[in-house]
Amino acid sequence: MNSAQIIQYCLSGITVGSIYAIVAIGFNIIYNTTGIINFAQGEFLIVGAMMAVSLTKVVPLPVAIGLAVVITTVLGGLVEVVFIRRVRDASVLRLIVITIGVSILIREAMLHIWDEKVRSLPYFTGTDVSTISVMGAHISPQVLWVLGVSAVIVTGLTLFFRFTLIGRAMRACADDRMAARLCGINDRWMVTLSFMLSAGIGAIAGCVISPVTQTQYDMGAPLAIKGFTVAILGGLGNSIAAIAAGLILGLLEVLMMSQFQAAYKEAVSIVVLLLILVFRPSGLFARRDLSSLRAF
Amino acid sequence: MKARSMGVCGVLVAGLILGLAGCEKKSEAPPIKVGAIFSVTGPASFLGAPEEKTAKMLCEKINQSGGIDGRKIELIVKDSGGKSENAVSLAKQLIDEDKVLAIIGPSTSGETMAIKNICQEGKTILISCAAAETIVNPVASYVFKTPQKDSDAAKCIFKAMKQKGISKVGVITSNDGFGMAGKAQIDKLAPDEGITVVISETYDKQEADLTGVLTKLKGQNVQAVINWSIVPAQALVAKNMKQIALNVPLYQSHGFGNIKYVQAGGEAANGTVFPCGRLLVADSLANDHPQKALLVKYKEDYEGKFNEDVSTFGGHAYDAILILAEAMKKAGSTDRDKVRDALENLTGFVGTAGIFNFSAQDHGGLTIDAFEMLTVKDGKFAVYKN
Amino acid sequence: MGGRRYIPIIVATLLIVAGQPVLWAIARPYYMTQITMSAYYALVVIGLCLLMGYAGQVSLGHAGFFAIGGYTSAVLTTCNLLARQNEVPITCFRSLGLLVERQDLYGQAMLCFSPWAAFVAALLLTAGIAFLIGLPVIRLKGHYLAMATLGFGLIIYRIVLGAPVFGQADGISNVPPFELFAGLEVNGRPPYRVQNYYIAWAAVLAAMLLAINLVHSRVGRALRSIHQNEEAAHSLGVNTFQYKLSTFVLSAVFAAVGGALLTHYNGSIGPSEVTVMKSVRYVSIVAVGGMANLWGALVMAIALNVLSLRGNFGTYDDAVFGMILIVIMLFAPQGLLRMPNLRWISTWFSRRSYG
Repeated sequence: MNSAQIIQYCLSGITVGSIYAIVAIGFNIIYNTTGIINFAQGEFLIVGAMMAVSLTKVVPLPVAIGLAVVITTVLGGLVEVVFIRRVRDASVLRLIVITIGVSILIREAMLHIWDEKVRSLPYFTGTDVSTISVMGAHISPQVLWVLGVSAVIVTGLTLFFRFTLIGRAMRACADDRMAARLCGINDRWMVTLSFMLSAGIGAIAGCVISPVTQTQYDMGAPLAIKGFTVAILGGLGNSIAAIAAGLILGLLEVLMMSQFQAAYKEAVSIVVLLLILVFRPSGLFARRDLSSLRAF
Repeated sequence: MKARSMGVCGVLVAGLILGLAGCEKKSEAPPIKVGAIFSVTGPASFLGAPEEKTAKMLCEKINQSGGIDGRKIELIVKDSGGKSENAVSLAKQLIDEDKVLAIIGPSTSGETMAIKNICQEGKTILISCAAAETIVNPVASYVFKTPQKDSDAAKCIFKAMKQKGISKVGVITSNDGFGMAGKAQIDKLAPDEGITVVISETYDKQEADLTGVLTKLKGQNVQAVINWSIVPAQALVAKNMKQIALNVPLYQSHGFGNIKYVQAGGEAANGTVFPCGRLLVADSLANDHPQKALLVKYKEDYEGKFNEDVSTFGGHAYDAILILAEAMKKAGSTDRDKVRDALENLTGFVGTAGIFNFSAQDHGGLTIDAFEMLTVKDGKFAVYKN
Repeated sequence: MGGRRYIPIIVATLLIVAGQPVLWAIARPYYMTQITMSAYYALVVIGLCLLMGYAGQVSLGHAGFFAIGGYTSAVLTTCNLLARQNEVPITCFRSLGLLVERQDLYGQAMLCFSPWAAFVAALLLTAGIAFLIGLPVIRLKGHYLAMATLGFGLIIYRIVLGAPVFGQADGISNVPPFELFAGLEVNGRPPYRVQNYYIAWAAVLAAMLLAINLVHSRVGRALRSIHQNEEAAHSLGVNTFQYKLSTFVLSAVFAAVGGALLTHYNGSIGPSEVTVMKSVRYVSIVAVGGMANLWGALVMAIALNVLSLRGNFGTYDDAVFGMILIVIMLFAPQGLLRMPNLRWISTWFSRRSYG
């Protein structure tokens, strides 16, 4: 294997890794405020991308994406108000089952609204064939878009959760909902807001990756599974770590693929998931002493 | 009150008229029941959906023009969702309960193999829309298929390659039934054709990116890439090849026969070469080509009715029903065995996939002539000229 | 007291026996085909009901165990060993009576493992894998357990789809019928329809009997205590881990029995049996049956699977199950039969089964 090839593998790893990372961020927001893993997160991505694809027929691309994000955000809020709010204090099992049900419903609705065909948004810069050359290897400019947008989202989220009142209130709800309520925080709306936020971010993610991955109604679940894996690998709730974990998983997959049959590549990430769940459920980057305080 | 009783009277009268009309209809010959199992939803919906639309459209047309010997076709379409266990249950239902004359479909080779024996033992004609050669080899007397042979597609590709002096290829296939069957044929035929397959990999239907796999091919210095796939992810192959500057010719299988994949591939799809039925280039065929009239008709009917581009997948269902209708006419009866015999002896029959010549040994009916090498030029299909 | 819990079993048996003439009377004997198939899926559901309802552990990977059972049976009964019949292990198997010679439908001679040998191997393999997977996984809770079991199911799916021995995307067809004993056969051909209706139900009733006895034993009480408050149970000296693990293994074996028998009945198995959606279906059936309600789960397993297999949901097949999950979890987390309007059914049953 020559060096150009190794770099090419790395760039491929970064391409898929950046996609996994941007999917993972959405999980963290809802988990941070509610302690729920939203199994319907993958569907938010696809809804966002599908909306954008349909809207590009009438409005220019940036406007289409903006509108798609707004619509998906509203959808996220609706999901919370209609399905999650009623069962706020339910067992984890019940919440898991409800979000799974929501994901199936959204997916099947998309099948009947849009149909089974594959769509994709145009590349944001350049065309299908444009590449950026890095030391003899090549990468699509869209991957830089994915990475850039992930970075912007993570920075934005960090600032939002640290420095704005609403952001802090959302964190307070995650820590101790009762105490937050006693401080006068409207905890219900904070949960709704977190669903809206993660749906919106999911829609952005869906649009950014659409030129690379293409978009089909049933792509949400496989993306979501990669997203969970990355979110857990980085440590649930930690979006910066999620980006690092995404890239690690992407590189790991490509490494395995370069050595073994590609058919088993998918199994790699699942084995990683199982190992991390069993041996280090708080994630790669968590401090052991802190993680023992959290309930899993 | 008065208005209401008037209304009631009106309804009664209307009912009476309808009832009488119904009685009149009863004197007509009973419809011929034909079953169809397509994966309209689920992972193979890109096959099943156009097949379902085509089958319904064609049966409607046949019925409008008087049916078969004055009897209408009643098409009972079932959605298997791409699940072989559902296909088994639905096939038994169609055979035991509806007592259909024949079953059209299923869309995938896995489902077809699951119900092959059931149809054979139930003495019900099965005309599959899946391509794998195991469907008709070993021959089951009641089981037929309409897509072209994978081995012929592979031979066409190899022939085109040899003309260009290519001998060292990398193969990537989708991990569904279509890709599997193609991979088997490539591995079997390549040595005879003097082609070396240096690397062979598979990818998933929902792959997000294929640059990794293609890098692996690039590492082996292949002279060309064969992508044998029917799933939407195949549009990524052309794009990703260009993106990682793997600048070798790309050969696709007949699973590429859908303009959607060309659109999804964008600029990158230009120059792709693949063997396919003539449906996609119907307009540019010579006027005296035997398939021309049929192909143009199907294309216009389908595109006019559903406002979407025609694909070869739907064509397989079109052929299946046409063949069955022809066999029924030839047999002059709807007795399963007589129709089966007529079907088996059908020769020179023009379909969308090619010219069918069935025999007791060949239940696929198509030869290598069914294929035309096509290419993509400026985002459109065109006949490939070396 | 103790005997009363068997009354529902007797009632169910009578209903099943009565079912056959009723189906004949309404001229729908072929419904038995789908009822038989559903009964095998019901085995998975009964096992999952023990695990979810009684031990309180979710599993999103039970389709994986079903597939291990089904695929093991299918591989062993369809691999042709004729070419290697003189090699040492094969001759050993042969002298032990584990192999049978047969001809397939197209006249090819085959030398394969007998269905009984394959069946036993399938169950042992499933139990072994469930034990190995359960050891680490069953210690997890909540989302983590759900994710880990989901991951297990996905790995099985990937293996099935990637390995040529499992037929990849096409699955395995030409699986022979399973001759049980005394002329009874698990066989999907129309002449065997009635016989198979009773074979499938016998398997289901045996599983129910086992499950009911388990629930009413010391084990069942321990499981319920784990479900309600695991820490409390643990501090009272209940070996919670061991109970959870053995329930996990038992429910996996139930699933494998269903998988193996259905594969012989259908004559084939494909990767569609191992998808996440399939596992989710089983969970939704347990949920709609009422989590800790074996009879509810059984009734729903039959009803929903029959409708689904007969294609009554059309293109909304998956959507129906998604809808069920949401509606049940929102409005009737105790299951459909425990809803106020329908409570009389369950009280009638529970008076007897909890007695």
